[in-house]
Amino acid sequence: MDATELPDSLAEIRDDFLDLEVKERLQLLLEFSNELPELPERYRDHPDLFERVEECQSPIFIVVEVDADQAVHLFATAPAEAPTTRGFASILVQGIDGLTASQVLELADDYPSMLGLTAAVSPLRIRGMTAMLARIKRQVRERAA
Amino acid sequence: MTVAADPSPRFAEFAHPERLVSTDWLQSHLGEPGLVVVESDEDVLLYEVGHIPGAVKIDWHTDLNDPVVRDYISGEQFAALASSKGISRDSTVVIYGDKNNWWAAYALWVFTLFGHSDVRLLDGGRDAWIAEGRAITTDESEVAAASYPVVERDDSAIRAFKEDVLDHLGSPLIDVRSPEEYTGQRTTAPAYPEEGALRAGHIPTAQNVPWARAAAADGRFRGIDELNEIYREGAGLVDGDEIIAYCRIGERSSHTWFVLTHLLGFDSVRNYDGSWTEWGSAVRVPIATGDAPGAAPGR
Repeated sequence: MDATELPDSLAEIRDDFLDLEVKERLQLLLEFSNELPELPERYRDHPDLFERVEECQSPIFIVVEVDADQAVHLFATAPAEAPTTRGFASILVQGIDGLTASQVLELADDYPSMLGLTAAVSPLRIRGMTAMLARIKRQVRERAA
Repeated sequence: MTVAADPSPRFAEFAHPERLVSTDWLQSHLGEPGLVVVESDEDVLLYEVGHIPGAVKIDWHTDLNDPVVRDYISGEQFAALASSKGISRDSTVVIYGDKNNWWAAYALWVFTLFGHSDVRLLDGGRDAWIAEGRAITTDESEVAAASYPVVERDDSAIRAFKEDVLDHLGSPLIDVRSPEEYTGQRTTAPAYPEEGALRAGHIPTAQNVPWARAAAADGRFRGIDELNEIYREGAGLVDGDEIIAYCRIGERSSHTWFVLTHLLGFDSVRNYDGSWTEWGSAVRVPIATGDAPGAAPGR
């Protein structure tokens, strides 16, 4: 898929990163990390409802909801000691929440490598975010079916 | 040595007590001329969340590895990196990090490849410092750029390559990965990303001693008796042994290299940093699966 076909939300995040120098991109990732929303009440005491992303270096748990209008809602939690992982999750939450299920399924699998972060955080770490996106798409596929 | 060693009795039992400092020692020496404190974490952003006042950051992946060749940075690159962090050739460098100093030990090992003589670990690492309620800050550290000389990296003493390991088979080899990786159930650490090895298992004759056994529950190194039990009695290592340690990409085995070299005093320990990501994909090298170390293949 051509990168220009990204939904506005994700395209905007990508452009925000690409507008910055490599070193400043880390700072923006940290801002995303700090913005990862708290879990809604209904998930706070139910760790069992979350799926752990095994490919990620630090424990990250995600859960996807698809509502009656086929809109996707995404929740994620990761420990404060894992700011990079939190940042990745936060980008996906902000970029994906509210998209339709079919929009999410059509997202480029390599969106994480479009952010210009590979040099700043290393290809290995970016792979963790790619795995996260794959998990999200799989959950959307299951829930939208 | 620029800054006096930590005289803690707890460290005196180790072979090279000057390689460790306690949180108390570091607290009282912060800001002392000649001392540079380095944070080295698995998470590339953790330093930015809060670090020991005055500490500088060195990232194992983006700073210490060459971006193109699968190798460590060159003497020129190391000189530039150290200089930019305010490190001189005679600086006392104290490294600390997350996860039992896993990545801090890796950075220390790379500093040793360049022959930096006074490089130490903060016992217990980042978690111990924070658990004791000591100060951390997000303020940018003021660094007075230093002038580090260009030193040729010396890979001969503490680094092993695949060919060295093939020649070594039959001598002590320590696989520090998880039992699941050792037996061949999986190629990656539980909950870690796939780093790409085509076969699962271990190098024949290697003993499995997971690296984290050297750390106590609080992240500090275990005492000498416990370490002797694990490595001498358990793994059968004896003084005079030539030892090679490996893991998946050479980071966890740097931690074991530190324990064997500086705490237990083995004087011929090498880290095979190619480790399983190389060995498990290399053509026509022998591997073993299951719990048993397996025999050295006939040559």
